[in-house]
Amino acid sequence: MTDTTAERATPDSTRVPREIGIRRRYASERRFKACGLIAILIGLACLAILLFTVISKGYTAFLQTEMRLPITFEKSVIDPKGEAANNPRVLMMANYPTLARDALARELGVDPKDRAYSRSLSGMVSNGVRTQLRDMVLADPSLIGTTQDVWVLVEANIDSAFKGQIDLSVDEGRRKINDLQVTWMKELADRGVLKKRFNTGIFVNGASSRPETAGVGVAIIGSAYMMLTVLVLALPIGVAASIYLEEFAPKNRWTDLIEVNINNLAAVPSIVFGLLGLAIFINFAGLPRSASLVGGLVLTLMTLPTIIIATRAALKAVPPSIRSAALGVGASKMQMVFHHVLPLAAPGILTGTIIGLAQALGETAPLLLIGMVAFVADYPTTPLQPATALPVQIFMWANEAERAFVERTSGAIIILLMFLAVMNITAIILRRRFERRW
Amino acid sequence: MSTTTIITLVIVLAAVGYVAGRILAVKRAGGNAQTLHSRPVYYGSYAFLWTALPSLILMAIWLAISPIVIHEAVLESLPERIQEESAATQSLSMGMISSIAEGLTRLTPTELTRVSAGFTALRPLLAEKGVPLGSNGEDFMIAAAKNLNQWSAESHLWMTVAVIALAVLGFAYALFAIRPRMRARNSVERVVLVSLIGASDIAILTTIGIVLSMLSETIQFFSAVPPHEFFFGTVWDPRFAANVGTTSSEGQFGLIPLLAGTIYIAFVAMLFAVPIGLFAATYLSEYAGPKFRSIAKPLLEVLAGIPTIVYGFFALVTVGPFLRDLSAELNHLVTGHYSNFIEAQSVLTAGLVMGIMLIPFVSSLSDDIITAVPKSMHDGSLGLGATRSETMRRVVLPAALPGIVGALLLTASRAIGETMIVVLAAGVAARLSINPFEPMTTVTVKIVNQLTGDLEFNSPQTLVAFALGITLFVITLGLNIYALYIVRKYREQYE
Repeated sequence: MTDTTAERATPDSTRVPREIGIRRRYASERRFKACGLIAILIGLACLAILLFTVISKGYTAFLQTEMRLPITFEKSVIDPKGEAANNPRVLMMANYPTLARDALARELGVDPKDRAYSRSLSGMVSNGVRTQLRDMVLADPSLIGTTQDVWVLVEANIDSAFKGQIDLSVDEGRRKINDLQVTWMKELADRGVLKKRFNTGIFVNGASSRPETAGVGVAIIGSAYMMLTVLVLALPIGVAASIYLEEFAPKNRWTDLIEVNINNLAAVPSIVFGLLGLAIFINFAGLPRSASLVGGLVLTLMTLPTIIIATRAALKAVPPSIRSAALGVGASKMQMVFHHVLPLAAPGILTGTIIGLAQALGETAPLLLIGMVAFVADYPTTPLQPATALPVQIFMWANEAERAFVERTSGAIIILLMFLAVMNITAIILRRRFERRW
Repeated sequence: MSTTTIITLVIVLAAVGYVAGRILAVKRAGGNAQTLHSRPVYYGSYAFLWTALPSLILMAIWLAISPIVIHEAVLESLPERIQEESAATQSLSMGMISSIAEGLTRLTPTELTRVSAGFTALRPLLAEKGVPLGSNGEDFMIAAAKNLNQWSAESHLWMTVAVIALAVLGFAYALFAIRPRMRARNSVERVVLVSLIGASDIAILTTIGIVLSMLSETIQFFSAVPPHEFFFGTVWDPRFAANVGTTSSEGQFGLIPLLAGTIYIAFVAMLFAVPIGLFAATYLSEYAGPKFRSIAKPLLEVLAGIPTIVYGFFALVTVGPFLRDLSAELNHLVTGHYSNFIEAQSVLTAGLVMGIMLIPFVSSLSDDIITAVPKSMHDGSLGLGATRSETMRRVVLPAALPGIVGALLLTASRAIGETMIVVLAAGVAARLSINPFEPMTTVTVKIVNQLTGDLEFNSPQTLVAFALGITLFVITLGLNIYALYIVRKYREQYE
């Protein structure tokens, strides 16, 4: 009986037991979960697209089209008046590109003097051949008069065309490589004279206005000097500061001020450190512009907070029992820190330092302000000489108009990312290997 | 003796002191190291520090002060008429004198005798040695340069003598003072403690350096351009530095368009990064299994490790052209014209790419804060029958809100200070606009623009960069301090 009255009072309660919006709530649950997943996927997709773009545009930079030409070092071209013995400038100033052009003409069986061919022939060979052949002759003057097989770089546009980056179906007048050069390129490629070889130039060459001879050699040296400066200065100072703050500092206003300061410095925009470097290291202290030492000092100040924060975390992770035990057997506080706590914290400190260095390696903005945007073709031998840095080199190439520089830029980015990946992976391995759970 | 030689010499002497100190201490204790107050190492270190520290400190002070003293002395020796001139002309003359002095050191003794012929004869001679000089030199400068060289040499000689004497004195004193009952460890540890304190003060010094260096240049800038024109000006048009003097006062340095661009781009970036970052963080902390989490979280953080220049390049060659072509296609679909309404360099491009960069900041900071919310609140809510999303939205996120707001403020400060992405993707046109498809510029872009290339200090065109820098510093500092304040306040609630 009671059943029927109850049924009448709430007619739906038995057939659809939970009409309290559970379906709506579950739908909203699914929507929320899907939003979270989509957000993560968007983030990962961005990463994938970014890396894919850089790698797909850049991997070709590690191959460079070259030609093997039998170059005759004719005396009549290099040293027509026979005065090389008493005037060293003759060998410096000789018209080496002509030698390469003539060799190419012989290879193709055309007359180099013919006006119709002359320009197209010269346009095939990179201008870098001038220094390449000159250095060969200067190193060994007895080459004059002989014929040598030499691998020479082709001009950047031919290189791009050979890699298939230039659309050859468009009208001849609208591309930078003419039909004659295209036929020659194909002919030479069929005969195996012209082919893609591994590009060592991008690793060792300095700045150049021609994409085919431009490289990041100087930038790598400059970056290495900077990293060395950062390591030598930031690591000891950072560790010393952390030890004081973590182990010795009394709790007072001054210590609080230092802590707030360090946290803030970690979040100050990097470009502000560039202004500091310009005003203090260059204007006030009179250090040279574009020097990697100044860059290193600026990056040191930038990296210090990172290292200090990591080191303090590592020191904090060492359990107090170690400290008590050391003090208990009669060590002084200083001995306790340096003989017991610091060695145990070392892996954590090392990891933090590597991550700080990786950050410093990728930093660009402050270096622009202290004049590292410089055209430096020669290797710096000391940290006081003008140099540039890997990210700054990327910035300069990104601003170049020629399309072949896009390939170079991506190539340089791949090199930079490789360095960063190696550093970060080292840090992860160190952490995995030496991390201790107490 | 060159500076490096002196340093090496002092260090070598100190090393000898270290060895001698160790041996002497044991010897004076009658060969039994256990009767010493400190372990032998500390007696060695004691001798090392007494030898090296005072002398190297003296050397540092001497090297810092002597150029200033000599500079003043040379300036005083110059003829009356130079002394009456402005500071700028004086510094030009002094620059010339120091180049001549530098050149004189490269001459051979026979060439030196010919120097007295005067400046016109000296100039080609020095040019040959690789020291190019301006043509406006005068004869008195040669005498001044000779004085400069002579005084520098004298100062260096006295410094060498003083430094080495002090090192030897310290060496002798330390070895003399070593006694078995002497508290060597305490002395050495005191020095170490002082150096630890010194290292920790570098953070303060850096901040002071930032503020002072920018403040002095900014004050100089405001003497040429009134502050109200800078802070409230709506036109940014700082002519070229080349025509300083004639048109410098005509340049207009209005901060407003730059600030507007900075905030607009940061806003677009946050609009993109905040929802994605927050949703990613909630998913990672609430739904993701340990396996998915251990893969997705580090991968997202890779985005934070990529240098900003790479993002800038990505914006320049990929995102910008893509948005431009996309807008042309859309326009074609709607109106039939192939004209793009989004420009390759635009607020949208820069904001979007910056947003990608910020995703990991938002997600990891929020993830940390969400996991810091006590588990009991979370479990309690689930136990009462709430779904996971309801728990997240109604319980965990409100509890984490102050921390998340702090995290977002930190992220915003990073967006405002970001440089390389906007330099490559936002354009250089300083204008006020609300259209996100057009280029706008930011404070950081203008700092870079004003300070790259050939610099002429003292012109407002260069100095304005420091005024912009200090504005940026103050804004980001304010955001950071406020964010830290919020985060701290929040943390106290649950501990």
